[in-house]
Amino acid sequence: MSSEAHQSVLSGLAGEVLEHTGVKANSCYQCGKCSAGCPLSGEMEYPPSYVMRILQTEDAELEEKILRSFTIWVCLTCEMCYSRCPMSIDIPKMMDFLREKSIREGKANPRAKKIIAFHKSFLDSIRTTGRLYEVGLLVDYKARTMTLMQDMVLAPKMLSRGKLNIFPELIKERSKVSKIFSRSTKKNK
Amino acid sequence: MTLGLYPGCSLKGSSREYTESVLAVTKACGIELIEIEDWNCCGATAAHNLNKELSLALPARILSLAEEQGLTEIVVPCAACYGRLTVTKHEIAEHPELKESITKANGLKYEGNVGILNIIQMIDKYITPNLEGRIIKPFEHKVACYYGCLLVRPHGILQFDREEDPQSMDELMLKSGATPIDWAFKTECCGAGLSVSRTSSVGRLSGEIMKDAVDRGAEAIIVACPMCHSNLDMRRGAINDYLGKEIDVPVLYATQVLGLALGIDRKTLGLQRHFVAVNI
Ligand code: SF4
Ligand code: SF4
Repeated sequence: MSSEAHQSVLSGLAGEVLEHTGVKANSCYQCGKCSAGCPLSGEMEYPPSYVMRILQTEDAELEEKILRSFTIWVCLTCEMCYSRCPMSIDIPKMMDFLREKSIREGKANPRAKKIIAFHKSFLDSIRTTGRLYEVGLLVDYKARTMTLMQDMVLAPKMLSRGKLNIFPELIKERSKVSKIFSRSTKKNK
Repeated sequence: MTLGLYPGCSLKGSSREYTESVLAVTKACGIELIEIEDWNCCGATAAHNLNKELSLALPARILSLAEEQGLTEIVVPCAACYGRLTVTKHEIAEHPELKESITKANGLKYEGNVGILNIIQMIDKYITPNLEGRIIKPFEHKVACYYGCLLVRPHGILQFDREEDPQSMDELMLKSGATPIDWAFKTECCGAGLSVSRTSSVGRLSGEIMKDAVDRGAEAIIVACPMCHSNLDMRRGAINDYLGKEIDVPVLYATQVLGLALGIDRKTLGLQRHFVAVNI
């Protein structure tokens, strides 16, 4: 890390972000390029440059809003903000950290329920089979979100085009993959 | 010659025509691809959204297996997997302290010396140098090359092409006889991560992409990522709803176009598997 000087002046959420991701909130000078390029800005209550500004305030109440925001879940980690930021601030990496923290502290935004359910179903599928089993993923996700019909219109077309596997592919060392999961998730608790 | 192959989950399921075309093209060019044995899913967006350690351990296991199986260089056709693998290799190289916990979690050695190529890099390195005289059926159409997010970003780590207005796929299309057009959405996001959980966003993001390409006269969209493909092809219904009109411009993988130009038949390249019929 090049400028150690910054580290001592950041506390609160900004300090945590710095510690875990190396992102220095106070190097943002609010040019707004990240928010201008972000394809999801319009669906966020705080576009990326706002998040940066809030971190700079080190105001606990505002920080709480970030952890409870829809913003962090609708961010797709498309990396557009990072690639255009004149200060090379790794916003997507910061978003990953904020999401993880938000879940861990039970603060996930209720509107993000479906998005999170999808990520969870995805990981559960890998945990058990080692690979993503698309049919299993969809069934599991549908069960979690009660949106049974939404994507089912695609299924017959996918089947007839050989795009759906009826059975999951199982890797040999499945137990090892499950072990990776239990180790990493334990740490998170 | 031989190269390792990490197909990833999509290429075994909903995007199998991508695999078919990759295998057909490499075979035609005398390259044997050896699939990494017992590979696991890279964790994709879900893992790094929810759990950092997992998002590194899963790709690291894949790289360790490649090492163990003596594969010094692997090709990763899925742009998302390519991104995850490359970022993991980079993170571990930059933070050696991660290596211990990851090798412990995976129970496998990790040296970090496997070369990782995306599909365009593989073609540029091993196929285009010997292409002369082999293009027997030039793909004579106007095409919009769509790179998406993960093939070119984050540039600092991937070091591939340019992050704004990349050119590598356009050059490959030129060599295949096509006419790549200039357009504005080459590296915009299609909304992949929200494909199932927020289809309306995908309709908007992918819709804007399709609209620009079509307005500028593209006869086909060319991709190198299964996520981009399924959003622009399988989710065409949501796109048409968003745009309020029917768009029938097909979406092809770069390898399918190269395959056609090499004279490989359409079925071998899996063209019949697309939702939007390829009638060109
Ligand atoms: S682009 Fe970078 S410097 Fe500009 S507002 Fe966004 S984070 Fe701050
Ligand atoms: S990574 Fe997230 S915040 Fe950055 S541009 Fe993409 S969607 Fe927006």
